[in-house]
Amino acid sequence: MSVHTEEHLHSLYGLMAEFETPGDLVAAARKTRLAGFKKFDAYSPFPIHEMDEAMDLHDNRVSLCTLIGGLLGCAGGFGLCSWVEAVALPLNIAGRPLVSTPMFIPITFECTILLGGLTAAISMIIMNGLPSPYHPVFNVERFASASKSGFFLCIESEDPLFDREMTVGFLESLKPAEIAEVAR
Amino acid sequence: MAQPVELPDKIHVGPVIDEGHSLASVSDKVGGIVLKRKITLGWVFGLLVAFMVMQNLMIAATWLFIKGVGVWGINIPIGWGFAIINFVWWIGIGHAGTLISAILLLLNQSWRNAINRFAEAMTIFAVLCAGMFPVLHTGRPWLAYWLMPYPNTMDLWPQFRSPLDWDVFAVSTYLTISAVFWFVGMVPDLATLRDSTKKRWQQVIYGGLAMGWRGSARHWQRYEKASLLLAGMATPLVVSVHTVVSFDFAVAIVPGWHTTIFPPYFVAGAIYSGFAMVLTLMIPVRQFYGLSDIITLRHLNNMAKVTLATAMIVGYGYMMEAFFGYFSADTYERFMIWNRMTGPYAPFYWCLILCNIITPQFLWSKKIRTSPGKLWIISIIVNIGMWLERFVIVVTSLHRDFLPSSWGMYWPTIWDWAVYTGTLGFFMTCIFLFCRVLPMITIFELRMLLPGARVKEPVAQ
Repeated sequence: MSVHTEEHLHSLYGLMAEFETPGDLVAAARKTRLAGFKKFDAYSPFPIHEMDEAMDLHDNRVSLCTLIGGLLGCAGGFGLCSWVEAVALPLNIAGRPLVSTPMFIPITFECTILLGGLTAAISMIIMNGLPSPYHPVFNVERFASASKSGFFLCIESEDPLFDREMTVGFLESLKPAEIAEVAR
Repeated sequence: MAQPVELPDKIHVGPVIDEGHSLASVSDKVGGIVLKRKITLGWVFGLLVAFMVMQNLMIAATWLFIKGVGVWGINIPIGWGFAIINFVWWIGIGHAGTLISAILLLLNQSWRNAINRFAEAMTIFAVLCAGMFPVLHTGRPWLAYWLMPYPNTMDLWPQFRSPLDWDVFAVSTYLTISAVFWFVGMVPDLATLRDSTKKRWQQVIYGGLAMGWRGSARHWQRYEKASLLLAGMATPLVVSVHTVVSFDFAVAIVPGWHTTIFPPYFVAGAIYSGFAMVLTLMIPVRQFYGLSDIITLRHLNNMAKVTLATAMIVGYGYMMEAFFGYFSADTYERFMIWNRMTGPYAPFYWCLILCNIITPQFLWSKKIRTSPGKLWIISIIVNIGMWLERFVIVVTSLHRDFLPSSWGMYWPTIWDWAVYTGTLGFFMTCIFLFCRVLPMITIFELRMLLPGARVKEPVAQ
């Protein structure tokens, strides 16, 4: 019996509830967090700012990476100009110093923006685990509307509090429009 | 990003999105243009014309590679000619896209949501056109990679004290960051297309580009942060790009170029011409694709206001140029401005004043700002005016050298025109293709403007 449940749990990614409005989804996400669930996610066709508070999301690593990328670009740009003009190919241009800082600022600035911008985009994509063409949530047929007009909440089976019967009961208490099992 | 807000506006020019739209209907409407709409004869005709005009570029570039830059009208003293005029014109046009997508995002202007994708696309295509000119102008374009710093057997490096090399960095950074910003902004919409289409090949292509985006709240949180950071960096970037372009002129000691007003004056001119180009493209697109409920009169009205405001800044720039010429008490500066107004190129100068200063004054009238046809004609005139401005700046300063023995005249040849019209064809070809293969309006940001997107939590039971 227990083996059967284990197997069943292995084939089950989680339970998904569909809501009709963004307000319902935010409320449901807050209750899910307060009920102690950790591994759950909300899906919506546009960013909902209230969700950050409801789900207690505060991941600032993208900003940190961008800062590091920008600083590296800044140092790299200035370093490139200085090394080239003072070491690799020193030329006396109208008696100016070899490291003529004001003349190096435009390139330093552009390199800062270039590396900072690329890091912002790439770190966001990597931390979101993209590209991931396959994901279990796509197995739910109704989920195709998550990119158009649907609002979904999925509690994952890996959560320590997850228990099939009890979680279904919990989701029902949130008054969703529909509940579906998410196969792996 | 922008939350649905009621903008206080005494003059009623309509909402940012017409009533009656729902979350699903905006997806269907914008996505439908790509997925469902039949290919019309008008579109095919337009694409073919643009594609044929683009062949001018192919032919002219081939001839240029065979014969060298002598096929152009450039000479000594006017070594810059069409190549630099068109480079500055195109790159200026690009600036409106970044202004709309980055600066208006930071300023929380919800009306940008309907036009930013299209304007960003325009930016990328315009920067591609711009980038071709300096490369062709080098004379030996196959050696254009010499502009980049890389270790080579000649032990040579670019001269980083030269504004021309700053340009290389500014323009390539601008293109890269604009493209990244554009793509990142498109990912959620590509997911919408993936989920809306029934055709397998479309699912594979849009699905691949969407990278498996699923609208997770944890993803959105990082996504919004990255978008905001990109916008924050694109804002100083866009200002820096035309500043660096103006340094190409201002750092030189040529009369009429060597002024401190050039950077702000160029940036304002860039935004001016860019908004004119957005209007030129958007008014027909809105008409042909029936998007007047999404790109409303409010958008046209606001864009016209920005155009008018930047026209006034540019007008101030022209006045200051004339004043500096007089106030400098420098023979060459005074002669330059006098020659510009009364010399052989005077008709160009007065035409530019007519196009850029007089014509936009019609935009004070709300009636004209909200009538698409008239606005479209004004936008075309402004585009021409801004092109003339670059012609006047480049040519009038160079053609009267310090010594009268070195004076000359510049007239473009047929190959100059062929390259220029060719890039116009390239630009329009890109726009035609873009309208049919990618969502030209940011769908997920449109959803945020709808009443259905407002978060009203049920009262706790």
